[in-house]
Amino acid sequence: MTLEARHVLEFPGGYTRTTGPVIGRFLTELRDGRLVGVRTAGGRTLVPPLEYDPGTGDAVTGDFVEVGPAGTVESWSWVHAPRAGHPLDRPFAWALIRLDGADTSLVHAVDAGDVKAMRPGLRVRPRWRAERTGQITDIESFVPEVTRIVSPVRTEYVLKPGLALARFLEGVAAGVFVGCRCGSCHKVYVPYRLSCPECGIAITEEVEVPDTGTITTFAINNLPDPRAPEVPFVSAYVLLDGSDVPMITLVGGIAAHEVRQGMRVRAVWVPEEERTASMANIKWFAPTGEPDAEL
Amino acid sequence: MREIAVVAFAQTRHSATDQGQSEPELILPPLEEVREKTGLRTFGFTCSGSCDYLAGAPFSFVSALDALGAWPPISESHVEMDAAWALYEAWVRLQHGDVDSALVYGFGKSSQGDLREIMTLQLDPYYLAPLGLDQVSYAALQASAAKVDRARLDEIVRRSRADGRANPYALDLPDPGGDAFEVEPLRPYDIAPVTDGAAAVVLAAGDLARELCERPAWITGIAHRIEPHYLGMRDLARSASAAEAARAAGAGKGHVDVAELHTQFSHEEPILRQALELPESTIVNPSGGPLAANPVMATGLIRVGEAAQRILDGVAGRTVGHASSGPCLQHNLVTVMEA
Repeated sequence: MTLEARHVLEFPGGYTRTTGPVIGRFLTELRDGRLVGVRTAGGRTLVPPLEYDPGTGDAVTGDFVEVGPAGTVESWSWVHAPRAGHPLDRPFAWALIRLDGADTSLVHAVDAGDVKAMRPGLRVRPRWRAERTGQITDIESFVPEVTRIVSPVRTEYVLKPGLALARFLEGVAAGVFVGCRCGSCHKVYVPYRLSCPECGIAITEEVEVPDTGTITTFAINNLPDPRAPEVPFVSAYVLLDGSDVPMITLVGGIAAHEVRQGMRVRAVWVPEEERTASMANIKWFAPTGEPDAEL
Repeated sequence: MREIAVVAFAQTRHSATDQGQSEPELILPPLEEVREKTGLRTFGFTCSGSCDYLAGAPFSFVSALDALGAWPPISESHVEMDAAWALYEAWVRLQHGDVDSALVYGFGKSSQGDLREIMTLQLDPYYLAPLGLDQVSYAALQASAAKVDRARLDEIVRRSRADGRANPYALDLPDPGGDAFEVEPLRPYDIAPVTDGAAAVVLAAGDLARELCERPAWITGIAHRIEPHYLGMRDLARSASAAEAARAAGAGKGHVDVAELHTQFSHEEPILRQALELPESTIVNPSGGPLAANPVMATGLIRVGEAAQRILDGVAGRTVGHASSGPCLQHNLVTVMEA
């Protein structure tokens, strides 16, 4: 049998400690929302103030000087899982902070949100408690100085597709790909357009191309995209049969790692009753099973 | 200066969990062992080191006297510190010249409480303790300031634990692994394990030392130095007080064959190696050191004992035992011993 007893060591109400004039001055200023250091005979400013100069053992002078409130992080450690006695209930840094005007460093917590925000040289300022009582914890924590802001941008538009794209989408609504042939260079472009980008002349001849083609190149995407059904998905350039310029599409119905250049594919259309004047009519391109084409 | 030597050392087989022994029960076996080794039943002076906060009871060290046989009254003292400082007090007492032997012991059961929070209670009550700054957090601040390479820390822990597995008194801890942080940059294995244990040392002066022991470990230098308590008042990347204590004890006056360092965190080893100016040829913590067994309040005394034992056993000619106290190596004691 194991005998065990729970035991708590506690002094009810806590010990009463006198502060003396040096520490008392610091804590009094702290209660007023100010940070002060004390000068040593050698001219150094100790923050927090001590009664004796640690370098010489001599009593410090009676000169108190305001320091900070900003300071610079000299070194820091990061608490991933705060403990019950810690000043913050979320991950935070312990840091040695050299307050502006001080010759020594103050130990305190830095509420930086993320360990990636911490670095030596980080500029921080105290976050004061609203109700202050003259304790070192009157500073809830230090927080990084403002070095960036987030600027949201949003404005709304009404867009029309233009004459060429409107014609192309009209075809897509009817389940066909509409392209065009340049009267000068004879290249066939899909989607349909009203000018030849190579020749710089107007195009007048409209052609219809089949919904089969060959993959010329592709990419496997691992980041989700609202236009793709699942991750990973493959986006590919497909050269539709009879056209001279490939069109970008999704490829599906096949494992991503099996997609290859030269693969023959065909458009998978959504059922007729679901079609609109939109590329959403084509679910994706799927392999036809034909032998690969020479590119 | 009177010649004083360590003539006997004993320790418990330290344990990571509470084995159900009270403190006097824990101390008795090592006390018996050093009495047997020296043949002494009474001592000119007795001094112990312990911390009442480990047991959570005031004057708990007094009950430990039950293991001593302190009646009729003996000349006895206690330090609320690691027992390495009890050894220092005993060395000073023997310098008086009227007594020739001293018994020193230390003990601690840190399994009973939460050591990280108990160590917060040693911090200054105005600026540090109210923040809830715990032991691992302030050690991590020092590790961060010292900027020690992770591979070097891993190797220190791997070596310490392997040596600990070979030491029947230390804990059996596996090779370090895992990439979680306790408090970044410290990983859980960088921290000395919670340990219960005790240790005892007998000091003797001059001829008595030669009588009691074939090869006494003569204390040729012993000194301690302290730095400001507040962490922001010192350069945490260095240990100025350990360097001063080592100079005062004359550690550098000859080759140090073995150094037992009171490293409760892996990053303290490179800081102390530099402070003590130990060359690569010095073997550090062959016992596994505190990273393999850390019976708080006996750990520093064990460093002196382990370093002395190397001389008593004839495997080393000149050794150093180091003990530390306070946050981030604030206070350091260096003991130099020679055959």
